[in-house]
Amino acid sequence: MRLPRGGVVDRSKILNFTFDGKAYQGFAGDTLASALLANNVKLVGRSFKYHRPRGILAAGSEEPNALVELRTGARREPNTRATMVELYEGLEAYSQNRFPSLKHDFMAVNGLLSPVFAAGFYYKTFMWPAKYWEKLYEPLIRKAAGLGRNAGVADPDVYEKAHLFCDVLVIGAGAAGVQAARDAAATGARVVLCDEHPPREDAALEGVKYLPRTTVFGVYDGGTYGAVERVADHLAVPQAHQPRQRYWRIVAKRSVLASGAIERPMVFTNNDLPGVMLAGAVETYITRYAVAPGARAVLFINHDGAASVLAAMGNSVMAIAAVIDARAGSSPVIRDLAASFSVPVFAGAVVTRAFGKRAVEGVEITTRDGGVVKFDCDVVAASAGWNPAVHLTSHLDDKPVWKDEVAAFVPGKLPPGMSVVGAAAGEGINAGITPLWAVPGADGKAFVDFQNDVTAADIRLAKQEGFIAVEHLKRYTTLGMATDQGKTANVTGLALMAAATGKTVPETGTTRFRPPYTPVALGALAGPHRGKDFKPTRYTPTHAWAQAQGAVFVETGMWLRAQYFPKAGEDWLAATNREVLAVRNGVGICDVTTLGKIDIQGPDAAIFLERVYTNSWTNLAVGRARYGLMLREDGFVMDDGTTARLGEHHYVMTTTTANAGKVFQHLEFCHQWLWPELDVRFISVTDQWAQIALAGPKAREVLQKIVDDGCDVSNAAFPYMAAGEMRFCGGVKGRLFRLSFSGELAYEIAVPARYGNALAEALMAAGAEFGIVPYGTEALGVMRIEKGHPAGNELNGQTSAHDLGFGKLLSKKKDFVGRAMAARPALMDPARPTLVGLKPVNEADRLRGGAHLLAHDAEPVAANDQGHVCSAAYSPTLGHSIGLALLKNGPARHGEIIRVYDPIRNGDFLAEVVPPVFFDPQGSRLHA
Amino acid sequence: MRITCPHCGERGLQEFLYHGDATVMRPRDGGAEPTQEWTDYVYFRDNPNGAHRELWYHNAGCHAWLVVTRDLRSHEILGVEAAHDVALRRSA
Repeated sequence: MRLPRGGVVDRSKILNFTFDGKAYQGFAGDTLASALLANNVKLVGRSFKYHRPRGILAAGSEEPNALVELRTGARREPNTRATMVELYEGLEAYSQNRFPSLKHDFMAVNGLLSPVFAAGFYYKTFMWPAKYWEKLYEPLIRKAAGLGRNAGVADPDVYEKAHLFCDVLVIGAGAAGVQAARDAAATGARVVLCDEHPPREDAALEGVKYLPRTTVFGVYDGGTYGAVERVADHLAVPQAHQPRQRYWRIVAKRSVLASGAIERPMVFTNNDLPGVMLAGAVETYITRYAVAPGARAVLFINHDGAASVLAAMGNSVMAIAAVIDARAGSSPVIRDLAASFSVPVFAGAVVTRAFGKRAVEGVEITTRDGGVVKFDCDVVAASAGWNPAVHLTSHLDDKPVWKDEVAAFVPGKLPPGMSVVGAAAGEGINAGITPLWAVPGADGKAFVDFQNDVTAADIRLAKQEGFIAVEHLKRYTTLGMATDQGKTANVTGLALMAAATGKTVPETGTTRFRPPYTPVALGALAGPHRGKDFKPTRYTPTHAWAQAQGAVFVETGMWLRAQYFPKAGEDWLAATNREVLAVRNGVGICDVTTLGKIDIQGPDAAIFLERVYTNSWTNLAVGRARYGLMLREDGFVMDDGTTARLGEHHYVMTTTTANAGKVFQHLEFCHQWLWPELDVRFISVTDQWAQIALAGPKAREVLQKIVDDGCDVSNAAFPYMAAGEMRFCGGVKGRLFRLSFSGELAYEIAVPARYGNALAEALMAAGAEFGIVPYGTEALGVMRIEKGHPAGNELNGQTSAHDLGFGKLLSKKKDFVGRAMAARPALMDPARPTLVGLKPVNEADRLRGGAHLLAHDAEPVAANDQGHVCSAAYSPTLGHSIGLALLKNGPARHGEIIRVYDPIRNGDFLAEVVPPVFFDPQGSRLHA
Repeated sequence: MRITCPHCGERGLQEFLYHGDATVMRPRDGGAEPTQEWTDYVYFRDNPNGAHRELWYHNAGCHAWLVVTRDLRSHEILGVEAAHDVALRRSA
């Protein structure tokens, strides 16, 4: 019911909204909760387990009951606290966890089954038979017990991330927080003031950056704080270019926590009926929103702090049936105030039960002398005291401490730089309190944790069954879990466990709080980094050209590479086969820019290479390139590639595409930390050079057409593994390497990246008469398997040089990274899975990566596993499937027939073990 | 966490990569045998209850390797030096 005057709502701005499809009106400045109460809507949800009718309990972010689905379609957001939703024109909200309607919920039958759903029911019920769990019990429980539904489609809104740096961060814009911000700003400090509520005039201070609607949800090391600003959540849809939320990473030299306190509910039978509310919330609805949550109230308290609630109700149109003060003599403050409103005070009395069907209709009290009195009422304003909101003080693992005078946990050791003020520090709360954790004799449904349907009886049951430690209590009963993390429940639950075990609360302990303080949308944490923007996309210098050729692209790390170039009617396999055969019989080009390129210079460059590669480098002549193998210090293979010597003190190293960053970091480590005395410098030049492989028997003929006059690329002048500077296409200074991954006569041509597209076009024009084709990573992969070159599937971090057939590359004459540990006997064991080739006995069978290898007559059990297929492809050159595999004792078993077992894909056939090089094993084509 | 890079100033944790223990030393003379000294260097680590020296890499910054002294109990950063400087001092 809306009060005729007062509040901070703007009565001139009427807002229309709907709840469960029914239309209502509220005012600007309302929350959804205050607007619903103004319209006398009390039933707003059903509880998690028992589907009991629930109403609004609180007025802030601690609300455990009034969770709604807000908005519709792609913007539907479940578990939104109605107490934190600012009303806007056209707001649509729906209750959740009910079927078919809020008023008639079939699942309320769960309440009758409540013995089944008591503490620990997850562990006790539905244990057997196991197969029923997946098919029957779990879907049933998930449907019955649950919170809201997500939108099911992508979020259409955008989210931002930003940094803030300040001298003082003030958390909370209540009276204490505003004062702290004002004082700090007066010293000239840079001050940021964050508050989870909408903007307030008194918090807009000169010289203070004020962030309303911003929740500081976590405290991190080094004075770092996480906060989420709900930039547009108070609007129907964000304005153009406006994010919905902004995630702030705030770095502050000091912080002042002014987060206030959270009220504790009274625990009595049926204390969850709609209309039973926290007393402070009733006061807030009256004074802030000019809403009376009902016509006739009972106030149930145990401390003097509730006097302001009594005053607010007494000064409104609400009738007050009685003040039930659990303290033996109540107090003069309460008695005098009640007398001024002519309200009777029952000192030493307790509310034992509330009654009503879907909302509270009255209460039954037990007086000090044991008498029972009933009152009609539609509101029970209950307060068992306040808990300082100490959450952020314990995010760095410090514990709050118990303070008897206020019967509450107050901040203990604080995170570096933090101070706490106001109610959060335990100041000005719980005056004259006599703790009352649960009403004696409260039976049945006397709730401690409303969101998880945990009752006082559940806590006693947990104790009875031995789950006494606070962390066990939490997990066994689910006390303090879910979206509210027990803000209104934890301390009461602990105190009840303390009472049940005969210990004090501090002896019983407390669960520590972790971030986030309130739920944070994953969208806010992801910010703009989602979908295509999850990571950067790197395009090769020939990307535009490849697109024009109709290439299909594949992601390799951050790179987008041409996978194959289909012609009309071709699928990937047909295109790949054509490309492979074109290279083997003619010539083709492939962009290999993505391989990491590191420029290495300095008098000690050769010595440096000696130490990071396993093989020898000091004897590499200028103008030559060499294959190199790198190990990790534990002796396993890290990466491979070729390095060319361009000058006396100048090398250019290539790495695999996947490991480019890792190898660079490794080189920096070796130089800066292991061998700082070496005079060598290096820099990544991957982005500076476009590099295109030109491969096939006709490669030299094509090359001769694009090198400038005077550049001799004959076999004599530029033999296999030659490297050097060269001019192309009329003056473009570049580099030429005679390297081959395909096994053909091949070159890699490097030009400054901006010429990459032009080089591809020039090569295609020059090669037209030889039938040149572009080929992609698929054809590249097929040809490397045909040639038995290990790549990413084989360099998997678990293979040694010996495993890959590179044992001869381990120099015996020098120190290098990984040398000593590679010599461990177990790594030299010939029984280790070692690289071999596989050829199906029946050429129609298809080898697949991941298939396991067994002796041909062995049972398919794990104990008989002898290795697996790493890489497999259809070889158009050979006309059948081929594979590279790691097989125990591999090299000694060439010619043996083994079983290839792949039950997941129905593969079970025989294959012959062969040497890993399928094509041109003498390498005569390379040297042509 | 905030780390003060000697070259770039105080920067956020997300710019750095953690590597590991800076107190273990690669066996000076290398050697071809997998000795106990090598096993210690490659695998064995202490987890001190207090200050520890660690190697970090300023990946999204200057690419410097850093020796960071950090209290493992509180995550407090007690000191940062360029690893190259530490290594030069060690080999001097």
